[in-house]
Amino acid sequence: MEFPKDIKYTKEHEWVRVEGNIATVGITDYAQDSLGDVVYLELPSDGTAVTKDETFGVVESVKAVSDLYSPIGGTVIEINDALIDNPEVINDDPYGDAWMLKVEMNNHGELEDLLTADEYKKYVEEEK
Amino acid sequence: MKEPLIFEKSADKRKGVSIPKSDCPELNPQAVIPKDFLRDDIKGFPEVSEIDAVRHFTRLSQRNFGVDSGFYPLGSCTMKYNPKINEDTARLAGFSKAHPYQSDELSQGALQLMYELEGFLCEISGMDAVTLQPAAGAHGELCGMLAIAAYFKEKGKPRKKVIIPDTAHGTNPASSHLAGFSVVPIKEENGGVITPDSVAAVMNEDTAALMLTNPNTLGLFERNIKEIADIVHKKGGFIYCDGANLNALMGIAKLGDMGVDVIQFNLHKTFSTPHGGGGPGSGPVGVKNPLEPFLPKPRIIKKGKRFNLDYNRPKSIGRLKAFYGNFAIMVRAYSYIRAMGPDGLKKASEMAVLNANYIKEKLKGRYHLAYNQTCMHECVFSDKLQSEKDVHILDIAKRLMDYGFHPPTIYFPLIVSGALMIEPTETETKETLDGFIDAMLKIADEAQENPALVKNAPHTTRLGRLDETRAARNPVLRWKG
Amino acid sequence: MSYIPHTEKDIQEMLDAVGVASVEELFKPIPDNLRLKKPLNLPASLSEQELHQKLSALGKKNATVDEYISFLGAGAYHHYIPSVVNHLILRSEFYTAYTPYQPEISQGTLQAIFEYQTLICQLTGMEVANASMYDGASATAEAVLMARRITNRAKVILNAALHPEYREVVKTYLSGNRDNIKEVFYCTETGRTLPDAIEKLLDKDTSCVVIQSPNFFGSIEDIKTISEVVHKNNSILIVAITEPISLGLLKPPGELGADIVVGEGQAFGNGLNFGGPYLGFFATLEKYLRQMPGRLVGETVDKNGKRGYILTMATREQHIRREKATSNICTNEGLCALSAAIYLTAIGKNGLMELARLNLSKAEYLKNGLANIKGIKPAFTAPTFNEFVIEVEKEPDAVLKVLLKKGIIAGLPLKKFYSELSRHILLCATEMNSKEEMDELADGLGKVMA
Repeated sequence: MEFPKDIKYTKEHEWVRVEGNIATVGITDYAQDSLGDVVYLELPSDGTAVTKDETFGVVESVKAVSDLYSPIGGTVIEINDALIDNPEVINDDPYGDAWMLKVEMNNHGELEDLLTADEYKKYVEEEK
Repeated sequence: MKEPLIFEKSADKRKGVSIPKSDCPELNPQAVIPKDFLRDDIKGFPEVSEIDAVRHFTRLSQRNFGVDSGFYPLGSCTMKYNPKINEDTARLAGFSKAHPYQSDELSQGALQLMYELEGFLCEISGMDAVTLQPAAGAHGELCGMLAIAAYFKEKGKPRKKVIIPDTAHGTNPASSHLAGFSVVPIKEENGGVITPDSVAAVMNEDTAALMLTNPNTLGLFERNIKEIADIVHKKGGFIYCDGANLNALMGIAKLGDMGVDVIQFNLHKTFSTPHGGGGPGSGPVGVKNPLEPFLPKPRIIKKGKRFNLDYNRPKSIGRLKAFYGNFAIMVRAYSYIRAMGPDGLKKASEMAVLNANYIKEKLKGRYHLAYNQTCMHECVFSDKLQSEKDVHILDIAKRLMDYGFHPPTIYFPLIVSGALMIEPTETETKETLDGFIDAMLKIADEAQENPALVKNAPHTTRLGRLDETRAARNPVLRWKG
Repeated sequence: MSYIPHTEKDIQEMLDAVGVASVEELFKPIPDNLRLKKPLNLPASLSEQELHQKLSALGKKNATVDEYISFLGAGAYHHYIPSVVNHLILRSEFYTAYTPYQPEISQGTLQAIFEYQTLICQLTGMEVANASMYDGASATAEAVLMARRITNRAKVILNAALHPEYREVVKTYLSGNRDNIKEVFYCTETGRTLPDAIEKLLDKDTSCVVIQSPNFFGSIEDIKTISEVVHKNNSILIVAITEPISLGLLKPPGELGADIVVGEGQAFGNGLNFGGPYLGFFATLEKYLRQMPGRLVGETVDKNGKRGYILTMATREQHIRREKATSNICTNEGLCALSAAIYLTAIGKNGLMELARLNLSKAEYLKNGLANIKGIKPAFTAPTFNEFVIEVEKEPDAVLKVLLKKGIIAGLPLKKFYSELSRHILLCATEMNSKEEMDELADGLGKVMA
């Protein structure tokens, strides 16, 4: 199981990578592993406003379905269209090609609540 | 041998069963219906001979496993023997060729049967009134929850919540939601049952009902039920009991005596009507008197010796389906109850519980028993011991097919990881159970000695394991030619 | 008779194995004060022979379409069921099986449902169909719920010529939202729904419009024009069909713009059965697949690459999504769907089209015959399939009573459902009604009206 150090995590198993004012969002290695083979992904369209801790989409595997929660608030400026057509990439490369949204953040302060790689790793081990 | 789709066996202009020539003047449809409304073809539709149709569906039937093929210990589904006589009584012309809109006067036999069946179900469950209208268990749940919602609405104090234990069938929260309620989940305690304290902690005057299953989905009797019912009743709420597991209680105890206010029966489980490969079922609902005015309409009433349909039910929730319910299924259940009588039904519950406990004792130790106590009509194991060798419950289920058995229910209830839920029912002989137990023990050995054998099962079926991921990623839901 | 195989010896051996002294002891988990202290008050058990006699006697208290000449339809149709249907659905590997959750030993049920889904798509002109719903009425209600989810709008427009019991079921399913249901009146001259009347009720909060065709009066609706009006408002058009034999003659609703087609499949090889079990069919467009209720069978391959079938897209269903599921349906009408698949296969494309024309010919003959009787006139002018409404100058109940004495159930008086149609009777003629029977009805009616 991978827990890259350069990103932040949520207890709902999303990750966020911050570059300037732009946050890139996806789901973690642990999340894809728990779900199993992902078959379907639903994302909002560009320009949608997202709110921290509220749902922005749905990911489905053969046997499970999970809401996606936004780690931060802001406006969606880009979604990963290719991922919607090939959701199996979520299983193959959760932290890379399987990014889901790019969000222009409206409150950097929200980043402070997120978990570091070590904190998230510890959380996941407890959850098991 | 491979069996093509019927569309692939079709040949242009080949004919099956013939249609009579008209004894009325032949009519060109265009003479009475505008051409734009008419079709000139049904693209792709089958054109096969009668014998090809017969062989096709006969071959498909041979690719199926039913109760008549072998032991079918599917937990929560009560796959007991479906008596053949019931297929005959349901097909009697007096029942199968009666039109639902012929007058009450012309339907006295059907109405009498329904009226009496309602009475039988009241007696078995301890309820005051029963409606036969719902078509299946989940439909019954919806009916019961709508009646509860209507009750509070009529009082001018609508309630919004329903408490549901985490052991519940998925239909319970789905039905509650459809009836407009939000769900408050509670957990079972260490003993596998819910406790009065956990209910008291969440019960309030905005809670319409507690929905439970008794015996619960772990096969355990909710021994605190009376106390729990008292807590819920004190706050003005109702107890809804999912009757899916009634097969443990007939003639032993009445849910109505335990404080239950609403119950749905699954005639296709407890009362031996066949499951049909997914239905039709029938899900009558029983209620205590305060909820009776809210049952779906029409109700069947008896005046003197006459039976009538009563539509004048101002407080009724309305209708859940057209006509009166799955009548032909009711005929089968009625036949079953008449054949069994009170002693037979009690014996059925007794032997169902004996069979389940026998299997539980024989497998205990070799499979992890989720809750080690006397069970009711089903018992729940898990794959804890086998998963050390990376053999999971799915593998064990598939391997059972090689031994000629239908697998038990797997991965349910959700609160037991890798669950295996075994419900043998009363209609199985000790020899059948012993055969199943032997197979399970052999698989336990195989899981230790040759895990690959189990993990690649089944080996003897026409098809190996199917690719679920492919089916879900690229849905192909019809033949496209 | 009890179907329980245990001998005393078996019971003793099993009790020993469990380690309890008696069967009684197994029920210890049930507190003593909750245990039943006396036997159930039910009639004593019967032998198979006695049971058969008892049920036969009860059955004989019902009228049947064998004994009576019946012109009842209205959502339950008397058609000939070819022998092959009953022979094949009595294959007990089909009817004693559960839902096909274990595909390796359920390919029979699964392939048959896949074929059923295909047949329904071909008939309705839609892209996907589910494995069945309880009946036409509940399928209609589920379609309304689905349209509300898709559009995120609340209001629902029901055509008043939609089967009255279907309308009631929609209202029950929408119990908390009844205020959002509006009804559009039918045209009193044609017996059809006027597109203009629908247009007047449409607004930005309208999720869907439900029409039935042929409608409850037998009138064939102008689906295409209505679809244009509904779609201009970005609402969903739901077309309900109670008499699916009509699909052998009429253009499929999918070709005319329907978004969801639902209906009652009873006429396809299922008996009248005093109202059930019947078969709700449900079809829609691929783009709405994930909002669809009910089970679906999909094609896939096994580990060796062989084609096979499996339940799929289960994440929409209650056992996974619980309260967020698209529906609470679990058990459906599988065996009725199998009957439909067998029936449609056995009569085939040409058979179904011939049968539909035959029904039309019969109904037209009857309609014309009755129209010639003084005191009777067809109530509506729109084209019909195998049902139509007549208006009689005398009290319908009295008229029907006289005919009943001659062994004729002459139709359904409509005042039970429509107060304004107090002199109206709905009649249905199928291939089961011979010319002689229809002449007898016309003769009888002529005498009553004279």
